[in-house]
Amino acid sequence: MSRRRTLWFWIFVGPFAAGLALFTYVPLLWSVGLSFFDAHNTVTPTHFVGVDNYTAMLSDDAFLASLRTFLLFTAFIVPATYVLALALALMVNRVRRARAFFRSVFFLPAACSYVVAALIWKMSIFNGVRFGLANAVLDFFGADPVAWLSTTDPPWYWLVIVTVRLWLQAGFYMILFLAGLQRINPVLYEAAAVDGARPGWQVLRHITLPQLRATSVAVVLLLVINAFQAFDEFYNLLSDARGYPPYARPPLVYLYYTALGQGQNLGLGSAGAVILALIIAVVTVGQARWFGLGRRNSDG
Amino acid sequence: MTISRRALLAMGVIAGGGLLTACGSNTGRGDGGGSGPTLSHWYHQYGETGTQQAVNRYAAAYKKAHVTVQWRPGDYDQQTAAALLTDSGPDVFEVNGPTLDQIQGGQVVDLTDLLDGVKDDFNPAVLTPKTYEGKIWGIPQTIDMQMLYYRKSLLKDAGLEPPDTLDALVDAAHKLTTKKVKGLFLGNDGGAGVLGGTPLYAAGLQLVTDDGKPGFDDPEAARALGKIHQLYAGKSLLLGAPADWADPSAFLQGLTAMQWTGLWALPQVQKELGDDFGVLPFPKDGPSGRPSVPVGAYGAAVSARSRNKEAAKEYVKWLWVEQTGDQEDFALSYGFHIPARISLAKKAAKLKTGAAADAVSFATDHGYAQPLLWTPAAQTAYQDALSRIIKDGANPDDELKTVLRKVSAELARVQKKKP
Repeated sequence: MSRRRTLWFWIFVGPFAAGLALFTYVPLLWSVGLSFFDAHNTVTPTHFVGVDNYTAMLSDDAFLASLRTFLLFTAFIVPATYVLALALALMVNRVRRARAFFRSVFFLPAACSYVVAALIWKMSIFNGVRFGLANAVLDFFGADPVAWLSTTDPPWYWLVIVTVRLWLQAGFYMILFLAGLQRINPVLYEAAAVDGARPGWQVLRHITLPQLRATSVAVVLLLVINAFQAFDEFYNLLSDARGYPPYARPPLVYLYYTALGQGQNLGLGSAGAVILALIIAVVTVGQARWFGLGRRNSDG
Repeated sequence: MTISRRALLAMGVIAGGGLLTACGSNTGRGDGGGSGPTLSHWYHQYGETGTQQAVNRYAAAYKKAHVTVQWRPGDYDQQTAAALLTDSGPDVFEVNGPTLDQIQGGQVVDLTDLLDGVKDDFNPAVLTPKTYEGKIWGIPQTIDMQMLYYRKSLLKDAGLEPPDTLDALVDAAHKLTTKKVKGLFLGNDGGAGVLGGTPLYAAGLQLVTDDGKPGFDDPEAARALGKIHQLYAGKSLLLGAPADWADPSAFLQGLTAMQWTGLWALPQVQKELGDDFGVLPFPKDGPSGRPSVPVGAYGAAVSARSRNKEAAKEYVKWLWVEQTGDQEDFALSYGFHIPARISLAKKAAKLKTGAAADAVSFATDHGYAQPLLWTPAAQTAYQDALSRIIKDGANPDDELKTVLRKVSAELARVQKKKP
């Protein structure tokens, strides 16, 4: 009997495990291996260079700048999405009529591809000429057109980058918050009312937010991981045939050009990827401990 | 009907197998219908209509092998770079290079003997960057060049002469800028990408010297690049246009009075604007300056991973050395390029009059090609610095010092390695 169970276990888990090993773990280990070699234009290098790639990457201003870009982006996008998604959820949760309609309307952008949305933002809403949507609005008020993605002072490109991601992902996190809100026992609100808590800020501060703690932790974790993986909208908004500007260049975009562009420096790129992976691991573990994720009764 | 678990599993295996086979990539090798071996030939996607049909026609006419053409949209350089690491890549491919690292890494085949006897007929400006240590690694197909297009009527209305110095260009761009029309379009990034080394050559400098040293360790370099910043700071540059510099749309739609774009745009500009335009090289700057235009050529190269290297070389020789009729057709019938063969360029009637003749003389007198030693890493460092100088107003001297350090390190790296 137990042999049969083992057999069935491997039949069901085997293909997945094989796929995971072949397409995730082998490339991962291969990449770690490459990071110790001079691997220009080859994945089977012979020239061992020790930690040279790591020292080169860590003393590369452009790579360090890309890490700062990422931090700045996270500092913007995580609180902004959190607040917007929570606000949407609270509003949708309160409406009495057409709730399903509002839920769908706000969730719908989550189904749109980052590439498509980035191109719409770049070409029609925020293009730099007078007939772009944003500039048409400015023109209506008599202001001069702004080259949104090409201006570094003030850095208008952040407005474009942050709004496209907000539009795309706020709806998804709204659904998570809605689920959390609907799990809150209405008795708590009644008790709060009896105790004299004023509806609005006081109830939100002392009932809703503490009750949403578990959801909030999950949302923040997901948002940070998503921000780490930022590539699509940056690449599609800012790259052109000749490369990528030195601003708003997150680590993945920089590494893409180092390792996979014409540069083909796969060793250096792999070293960067390993450094990035270590940072993500440390941050995620630190965050989980900080929030007490996985601790029993964490949602009180 | 009930399905037993075993039957379900069997079906799963069959379906999975089917999927796996479907995933087998079409490398273009196929079984082949013609005689001889099968060769796959990659091109990047050309914008001009008719080019794809033309290259298919050339390939079909080759009798000694069955050639399948792959027309690849998207990031062509990335695609070929990745494909060259595997056995399923192309046999023959066109490349904006090959790069020095591709040559040193042994990824492309030596094609020197293909040009025996006709080497002198290939334009040396574009053949030199495909030559390393006396050997030729790519056969130049056609020459592309870029230049400055301007609207004659707009300059005349503003009382301006076509600018022949960089200062005059800055001045003209400023005077031509109105609320609706910008003076100059150098690409949506403000020029860092498309200009590259052009302003340095216009200041009488170069990217890499003949003996393999950085060629811009000179105060003139910082001065020239600082003037591009003036264009940006003076709000004379068009930025954020729906189509980038390679497309003449911004110029044709009247968004800008002058635009930097390629020779390939000439037929379209001529058709829409008639006589109301002229072309210029990038104007000279400083006492030792001279006008400059960048020239470059896609080259046909043979992959070292090809299973039919000799057949592939023979095919490349047939198409890009012997078939001069096809070469002429490819250069001039669709977009607008200068044939890489001097004899063909001299014959081409289309290149003898008007703006096209000007373009040819710019390419001959003022053309510079990006040196082979100028590696992608050097290019990235320089382009980042140029972008900061143009847009952020960063100090050109400081930025160039950083670039010099990186470029020197790159030059040392590639000169140490031998193929």
